[in-house]
Amino acid sequence: MSEKNSIGKDFQEVPLRVSGFKRFNRVFFSRGLVTFGLVIIVAFIIITIFAPQLAPYDPNELDMGSTLLQPSWEHLLGTDALGRDTMSRIIFGARTSLIIVIMALCFGATVGNVLGLIAGYFGGITYAIIMRLIDALMAFPMILLALTVAALLGGGMRNVIVALSIGMLPPYARLMCGQVLTIKENDYITATRSFGASNLRIMLRHIVPNAFPPLIVLITMQVGHVILMEAGLSFLGVGIAPPAAAWGGMVSDGYQYLLKSPILSVAPGFAIMLVVFAFNMIGDGFRDAFDPRLRGKL
Amino acid sequence: MSTILEVKNLKTQFITDGGLVKAVDGISYYVNEKEIIGLVGESGCGKSVSQLSVLQLITNPPGRIVDGEIIFEKQDLLKLDVNSAEMRSIRGGKIAMIFQEPMTSLNPVLTINRQLTEMLELHLNMTSQVARERSIELLKLVGIPEASERIDDYPHQFSGGMRQRAMIAIALSCNPRVLIADEPTTAVDVTIQAQILELMADMVEHFNTSLVLVTHNLGIVARYAHRIYVMYAGRIVESGTSKAIFSNPRHPYTLGLMTSVPRLDEPRKRKLATIKGLPPNLINMPPTCAFLPRCPYAIDRCKQDIWPEMRLIEEQHHISCYADIEKEKNAYI
Amino acid sequence: MRTLPGDPLIMYLSQDDMADFSTEELDKLRHEWGMDRPMAVQYIDWVGGVLHGDLGTSMFTHVTVSSEIIRALPKTLYIGSLAFLLSIIVGVPAGVIAAIRRGGWLDTVVTMFANLGITIPIFWMGILTIYLFGLYLGWLPIQGYTSPLDDFWLSTRKIILPVFCLSIFAVAASARQTRSSMLEVIQQDYIRFAYSKGLPERVVIMRHALKNGLIPVITLKGMHVSMLFGGSVLIETVFNIPGMGRLAVDGVFSLDYAIVQGVILIIAAVVTISNLVVDISYGWFDPRVRYR
Repeated sequence: MSEKNSIGKDFQEVPLRVSGFKRFNRVFFSRGLVTFGLVIIVAFIIITIFAPQLAPYDPNELDMGSTLLQPSWEHLLGTDALGRDTMSRIIFGARTSLIIVIMALCFGATVGNVLGLIAGYFGGITYAIIMRLIDALMAFPMILLALTVAALLGGGMRNVIVALSIGMLPPYARLMCGQVLTIKENDYITATRSFGASNLRIMLRHIVPNAFPPLIVLITMQVGHVILMEAGLSFLGVGIAPPAAAWGGMVSDGYQYLLKSPILSVAPGFAIMLVVFAFNMIGDGFRDAFDPRLRGKL
Repeated sequence: MSTILEVKNLKTQFITDGGLVKAVDGISYYVNEKEIIGLVGESGCGKSVSQLSVLQLITNPPGRIVDGEIIFEKQDLLKLDVNSAEMRSIRGGKIAMIFQEPMTSLNPVLTINRQLTEMLELHLNMTSQVARERSIELLKLVGIPEASERIDDYPHQFSGGMRQRAMIAIALSCNPRVLIADEPTTAVDVTIQAQILELMADMVEHFNTSLVLVTHNLGIVARYAHRIYVMYAGRIVESGTSKAIFSNPRHPYTLGLMTSVPRLDEPRKRKLATIKGLPPNLINMPPTCAFLPRCPYAIDRCKQDIWPEMRLIEEQHHISCYADIEKEKNAYI
Repeated sequence: MRTLPGDPLIMYLSQDDMADFSTEELDKLRHEWGMDRPMAVQYIDWVGGVLHGDLGTSMFTHVTVSSEIIRALPKTLYIGSLAFLLSIIVGVPAGVIAAIRRGGWLDTVVTMFANLGITIPIFWMGILTIYLFGLYLGWLPIQGYTSPLDDFWLSTRKIILPVFCLSIFAVAASARQTRSSMLEVIQQDYIRFAYSKGLPERVVIMRHALKNGLIPVITLKGMHVSMLFGGSVLIETVFNIPGMGRLAVDGVFSLDYAIVQGVILIIAAVVTISNLVVDISYGWFDPRVRYR
């Protein structure tokens, strides 16, 4: 009955410890879709950077002899009413989208965070005023807000960015404010303050770093939303003045020719969808990876 | 005294990212009428899982009951389908369970009344009016003041101790034959603990129910339990009457548990005794005795043979151990 | 609104021949419209008007803003409410089913559709459906709006596509949120306790889990009201429906302050009311909130 076994083999007395980074990777890449999303985004970024090299034609080059062509080997996605190659326009449109989105996010997130930080940290009237403003802002349909701001400030990339930033900042303000309120009560903040640390120092060194994980999740989840907003705006005609290529605008332009050449509207819309999907997927990935409850998921 | 519940060689496993966890690795015990059984062990030893297995409340995936028999009222419960009407009528109706955290175990959006009457309506087919009256009675029985008003309260309006009492009332409402109490006192204040335990002991008398007390607290088992099972790493290592085990603990783990409780009559300067080492990782357990790395009494045979079977050392007292610690013990204590 | 640059008078006049007007005549027009008064006065005047139910008059069509809004609002509300209802009737149960059949094929399908639903650009979907159902298959009319009071059948056929496209995001987001919050609820101790009482699965889900799980979903629905207004801007443009969204767009592009102000006011009012309703309904769902 006595089996031969590994004599003297030590038990694992210490439970397995997986490094944080490895665990993050494991959860993050656990779903194929997330990896797929990452691939798309990398492709997206590459396309944006190397647009001039990748696009077969100049996106603004007119060619009245070849208007409204269907997809062919020469023009992979056909041409539009002015003879411009759709594929190239989509490639350059990626640039527009990326730039706008990044800048809008940066501004929106920064301003929102700062506002939230101030509101939460100083409390009282500051909190009340800022939060009321944020609530009012939040109650509003973002696109209407962005539309109004952008149209009144005039068109153009800069103003679209401003408009989008304004529409996007409420969640950041709320997030940061909530974080501050929670952390503010912690004892180690009181301790630091008793050392004579200034308010600014406390805010930057202690509160902000703690807010990173939810912040990152928020950002990645908002990217998709912003891209859709931007597309909506350029669809309505706000934002990028023609002849520059922007995906939403392309959909709108193609609408008139729906019967003759549906690809004109379908292709850029599909591009929008693909990129938004990719960002949403990695947003989900980040959220799962950062979720403490999924640690060592059973 | 007849045996109403008998568990034979129960094995429950979980598939995790890290590997296969043998949470319960072959335990056998029995419960007689009007008995209070103590199931003792540290966190993670599998005692809660074993009780959840009895009621087939193990979520699958990732958990699975892979072996064993649970004989109750002449049938093997494990042969019943998890969702069958039969199994469901046993849950709550014949075998009831209360959990560790009264705050989270009661549904915050339903009244206490609802949470009581649904049991009565389900198992005893009462109408809602009758059920409500019975519920008020039950609440009075467990010592909730102003029961007829408080019955319409929500759980968050009750204090911790009262919630625990309400849970007991719910569990006993349909007169089960067995009540399983999983760490009933861990989440309550020390002062409330005594009250709850007294209450449970009273209820056992009153309802003619047997009680399985699952806990890591030796103190309460000593006072209330008739018989005790000590669990370690998914198996039972010592079993016997309360008296036998406390006066004569024979398994090194049980011994370690008891000596680690500080006593009033010890010299004050003595260091707290602990069981050296850490609880085992239940993944990839070697076939030898799980307590081996921490056991001060290990002999050669322990390193070579598989986990020992339970052997009788005196009346109603079994241990799962190769060593004979009788001689060593006197020097230790 | 008026603190932003862009002289609306110039815009108005550019419809005609700008050059024909001398400076004096410009000034005269300005005076007529009351635009030469200080900003604050203009605003107070407007607010005063609002309280009397007068939202001002559009500069372009010379029609009162109120009448425009009264004409446009019901259309937007009709389509929007249908989309909202759809998101509750379809989205929430889908999320619940996906949660209780987690990992199964139903879950996969629902999750997939939900994830797709939140990525599709509304206007693009509108165009696609117009192409497919209107032009290619010719099943449904693709433009314009008919009141259900006039011709119910035609009206319904006309709004199927707009409502569908408008609701996609809301349905998908609701399904996602419901699923994830139900998943959390199912893990709770009180659900385990409920099962240990011997209750069948249907009762546990419907009576115990649902009420708890829907609490975060309510917040979401509140946000959806304003989101649906945003969506109508795009949908009404694509489907050529003269609702609030279109009104806003037209007003913005012609710098018609009065219209835009009016639209914003009304939309804000509707959103505020719905937020109030949401806050109140929390109390019904979560008794912990009820008793202060």
